[in-house]
Parts: sequence; C-alpha cells; structure tokens
Amino acid sequence: MALKGAEIMKRLPKTNCKECGYATCFAFAMKLATGGAKLEDCPYLAPEVKVELEAAMAPPIKRVTIGVGETALVIGEEEVMFRHEKTFFHEPGIAILISDKENDSDIEKKIKDIKELHFERIGKELKINLLALSFESGDKTKFETLVKKAYETTDFALILICNNIDVLLSAAALCADRKPLVYPITKENIDLAIPKLKELRTPAGVKGESIEEIVSLTSTLKEAGVEEIVLDPGSKNLKEGIRDQTFIRRAALKKGFRPLGYPTITFPCFMYQDKFKEALAAAAFITKYAGIIVISQVDKHFLFPLLVQRFNIYTDPRRPMTVEEKVYEISKPNEYSPILISTNYALDFFIVSGAIEEANIPAYLCIKDTGGIGVMAAWTSGKFNGEAIADFFKKYGIENKVKHRKLIIPGVAKKLKDELEEELPDWEIIFGPLEGSDIPKFLSEGWKE
Amino acid sequence: MKYEAPLEKYPVNIREAVLGKGEKAIKIGGENTFPFHFFEGSLPDPPGLALEVLDIQPENWSHWVLEPFQDVVSDPVSWAKKCVDVFGAEILCLRLLSTDPMGKDASPKQAAVIAKKVADAIDVPLIVWGTGTEEKDSRVLTEVARLCSGKNLLLGPALKGNYEEIAQIALEHGHAIVAQASMDVNLTKELNIALCKFFPPEKIVLDTTSSALGYGLEYTFSIIENVKQIGLINRDNMMQMPILADFGGECWRSKEAKESKEQGILWEAITGITFLLAGANLLILRHPDTLKLIKEMISEKK
Repeated sequence: MALKGAEIMKRLPKTNCKECGYATCFAFAMKLATGGAKLEDCPYLAPEVKVELEAAMAPPIKRVTIGVGETALVIGEEEVMFRHEKTFFHEPGIAILISDKENDSDIEKKIKDIKELHFERIGKELKINLLALSFESGDKTKFETLVKKAYETTDFALILICNNIDVLLSAAALCADRKPLVYPITKENIDLAIPKLKELRTPAGVKGESIEEIVSLTSTLKEAGVEEIVLDPGSKNLKEGIRDQTFIRRAALKKGFRPLGYPTITFPCFMYQDKFKEALAAAAFITKYAGIIVISQVDKHFLFPLLVQRFNIYTDPRRPMTVEEKVYEISKPNEYSPILISTNYALDFFIVSGAIEEANIPAYLCIKDTGGIGVMAAWTSGKFNGEAIADFFKKYGIENKVKHRKLIIPGVAKKLKDELEEELPDWEIIFGPLEGSDIPKFLSEGWKE
Repeated sequence: MKYEAPLEKYPVNIREAVLGKGEKAIKIGGENTFPFHFFEGSLPDPPGLALEVLDIQPENWSHWVLEPFQDVVSDPVSWAKKCVDVFGAEILCLRLLSTDPMGKDASPKQAAVIAKKVADAIDVPLIVWGTGTEEKDSRVLTEVARLCSGKNLLLGPALKGNYEEIAQIALEHGHAIVAQASMDVNLTKELNIALCKFFPPEKIVLDTTSSALGYGLEYTFSIIENVKQIGLINRDNMMQMPILADFGGECWRSKEAKESKEQGILWEAITGITFLLAGANLLILRHPDTLKLIKEMISEKK
C-alpha cells in the first residue's frame, strides 16, 4: 500500500536539517510518497524505522522475475483494478505446456515449433514467454530429460510442474541458474521445499485449494526468506478464476494485504478440454489480472489472437498509440501523385500506408495529429473536421506539392466531404474505400493522373 | 494476518431493458455488480447474444463467415429463420444496408417492408439497424417503427443528430432504442441526458461503438468498463443503461480473421469475451460458431 506523505512524516526526525536536499522534513516526506526521493537520503533515520517504512512503501504487488537475461519474465507491481485508472504495467507471461508423457519426437517438434513462432504488431514483437514442463510420466528420468532439453536447447524462462517434491526440487537444481518457477509449493510439501528454494534462489509457485490456504503458505515462505512468490488459488474454471483473481488483486491493492501481494498463475490448459474454450479462458485471464497463463496450444492461429489481445489490453491508455504528424512520402511521389489524408492513430496509419505500398503507387499520405484517435471520433471532437484539415493544408503547404487538386479522404467520414468542399473550394474531395484492404484496388483502378 | 474475502457491494442496479414481445422476449442488464461477479452481487440476465442478418447480399464477406449462410444470403427472411432455427440465435440484428445513400439508396418504405417481413417470420427479439447516416436513418427507422408498431424492436443507432426523431417515433410505437456516441464517456452521457428528457431510460441501450481485436479493442474495452463503473460505483443514473457491443463485422473485416476459420472465430470470440468482461450486456455477432462458443462459455455452471 503506497503510504501517504503525512504518514511518512510521522516517522521522520522532524528536525528540518535539510541534509536530504529538501527544505523541510515534510517536503521530503511528500517526495518519498510519490517515489521521487529515497529513504537513504535522510541520514538520521533510525534503522528500525527505515525497515518499517521500506516495508510499508513497497509496491502492494511484489515484482517477481522468472528466468534470466533478455528472456526473463517480469510480473507484478500492478497498481490498478481497471486499466483506465492508470495502466496495467507488466504483460502476463504466456506459457506453453509440455508434458514428459509426450514422446521424444513430439516434444522435439513442439519445442521446435514454439521456437519458430514469430508474431509482430505495429513494429513490436509479440512473444511467448515460458515453457511449462509437466511431470506426468511418473518417471523421474523422463522429467529430467525434458527439463534438460528445454534448458539446453532454448532460452525460454521455465516453469517446472511436478507433484512429487523430490523430483521437483532435483529438476529445479538442474536449471537453477535459469531461475525457473518451481510449482506447486503446497501445505504438504512446503517444509521440505523451503531449504532448497532458499539454496537455489528460485521463485516459488504456491498452490492452495483456496485463497485462505495460500495466505498461510505465503506467510510461511516470507518468514523463511523466500520472497519471490507466484500464487495459484486453485481455480477450476473461468468463473472461479475471475473471482479468485479479483479477490487477490483487491486484497493486495485495496486492503494492503501483504500475504496476497504477489502475481498469480492460471491454468486454462487444465480447465478446458476444448481448445477454443481454453483460448477464451486465457483471454479472460489476460484481461483479469493473471501474471502467468499456461496454455496447451502451439497452433499459431490460437496463439496470435491471444498475443494481440494481451498487447491491446496492456497498451498504456495514458499514451495513445500515435505516429508523428507530417506528410509521409510513400514510394517517392511526384507532383502528379495522389494525396490521401488520415489520422495519426497508429493503426489507421499502418493500414493505410501498408495498403499504399501494396498498391505500389507513389503517394502523399497526410497524417493529421488527432491525439491518436481514429477518424470518426476525431471528426466528432473537431480534430479531423473540415476546418482542422484546411489548417493542416496551409501548415504543410500541400498546394505546392502537387499540380492536381484531388484529395482522398477516409470513406467513413461521410460529413467531412461537405465540410472540406467549403473549406477547400479548389479541391475535389474523393471518398476512399471503406475498408483498408480495398485501398490498393481503389488506387490502381481509380487514380488517373 | 487473517484473510477476509474483499467483497464489494454497490447499492444500485443497471437498468433492465426488455427486447421483443411474448415468450421469447429477452431481458438484458439488471445487474448490481461487475460482469461474472456472481460471488458478490446479482446478475439476473445473461448477456444477450445476437446474430446479424443483412437486407442485401453481403459483399466482401470472408469465405469463413459466408459459408454458414451460403444458402440464405439472398433472402433476409430465410436468413433470419436459419439463424433462429438452425443456429439457435435468441436475438437478431437486421441491418438495412440497402438504404445506404452512398449505395443502393433504397427507400424507407422498401426497407421497412423487409423489416416487417423479418419481424413477422421470427418470434425472437429483433434489432433493426440503419446505416449510421443521420438524416436517412431517421426516415428509415420512422417507417420501420410505424410498420412494426407494438413489436418492441430495438432501433438504432440513434445519434446526436437524429435521436429526437427516432426516440419520438419509438415512443409512439412501443420500441426501444440504441443511443450511440462514439468512443467517449462524456458524449455518451450528454446523449443520454438529452434523451431522458422525453424518453424512458429503461428503453435505452447504450452503444459506445466497438473496435475489433487488434484495431482499437482496448479503447472500447476501457470505455465500456468506465461507463459501467460510473453507473455502479458513482451511481450516475444516466450511465446505468445496458451496453451494446457491435463488433462481429469489425472483426471479420480484418485480414487476420480472413486468414483461417479458427483464427477468425477466435478473433471474434476473444473480442466478445473481452467486452463481456468490460460489462457489455448485448453482443452482435456474425459467425454462428462464435455465438455457440460464447454461449457455452458464459452459461457453464459455477
């Protein structure tokens, strides 16, 4: 729970010595509360007060890192229940389940397929984050072979899933420097697990049959010095999952309840046989608070929509996805090339510019700053109406760029045409197609120099 | 530390809207909590799931979504019946695309006759949708409202420029309306306030306009979630109408949905479940498999 400045103030020396660099203790306290200053800056803070304040000022949901290096997954440190209140920070990790019961060649193919998956959206790579290796064979050697294979032939972060604690811990030792998530730590095995978890310094995936049960487990782990914890409240389906995820996040954020202040793991792969339902459950957990989502599918047609959804939901709503306002010259246009205009909403830009490139007709693409909102919303709010576009024309000297007087506007902007005919009387205003995919055809058939 | 489930109670209900007439009438809304929060509140009405019917042959529809309707696309009445009888749709949305002034520009009368035929042929609630062209829509929906008097259709979209005409005629002939304001919480509220001066709020469904997965899904998600939060937590009674999300067409228009049938269904279904989680009470879907999938998913036992 973030502490308020006034509460921090109570614990400070109140001498206003200024050695922290602030005029008063109160100013320092306010700065601490918003994360702009560090406790270390106060030389007179009693050590026990420092420890206490540090604990109280820690993020309500702990940051947990699974894996190492570039492929490490960082989750936790979320601050809100609803993304419009601020933003969601750390995208949940998508893990793909591999069982040691599958035969060697299937496993090999699966790993190869996963490695070859490559998705991109608006210049950003969309990644599968983890391999979840599951002990189902009952054969320790088989499990260890699988773990070694994943460890040696890929650089994915790993989750080890094994109900036999001895097998689990010895497998963890095989890949400890990869910092795998060791799962499940339960009330039955926790005492056995603690010494090894501390020795290997790997994060612990705690599983209970209920939230109450995981509360006592995380408290025990914390006392023993195991700090990196991921929670599984044992939800069996979508509805239980939404309930449990909501309770855990609320308890952490709104009640400052530390024993639940950790990211979570969910298992759509065990909830649903039907892969479509599994995908929908995964989508629901992306939306509602999971830190890790384990799924069974490698098929790109299942993974891609999920990864795009994760990308969308974790986009920062405080910063609309935009591109720069300017006149983009695509494929070296000349003074007879067509002129199109659209908003600086990143998706509109990528659709239209991609389509122009596809048509292979050089063109000027005018991108008007609309604060990252699309055509209709921007029109409604006056950022993409006749007047705004006429100003844009003046600002960028469009009239001097071409010899013709034809402007192509988005097909959806029905009322914009009339407005523009008034604002830009010399210009012929032409509706572009309604769908981006029709732009190539429109340009190649319709554009006469 | 002792754990107590952090339950939250909100002292208000989202309004309950009734669509259609008779035995097959459907109620939507009525909840006093967030979606799927059965553990702390009541959600009396499951979300309404509608399938689309067009009054003209679809153009540029992806093969995957045309396939189930191949035999009926030339006749809206057969199309509607197939949606109900074969695909189990409990609500239909008839789009009067023929009236588009930029397209066929069919007369309000012609369109209304089709709407009447479709409405008479089915017993489930019917949404009748214009083309979003304010002036034409108000003439078209006026004809529809008259000809289908008393059927309690859901007419839309009522926009800033034509809500008065549409709401007035809906009131006279016993229909409900969809109030549409594009992607903006304040515009949504303004329109509702204006409407509620003469139109009963329980006959309004909100549409904040919807984007597809990958094409602005997050905007729609957050606006629906925000409107619902303002209604439930801030108890703003101008924001307590059930919410419509109309995205089936948006999804299937994308190149990603056209790529494969499975990816297309998921494109639409993932968009749908995301909006349901935001708080949508009524979805307009395009593919019958999506309808089936979402229906099974939300009706599973607790």
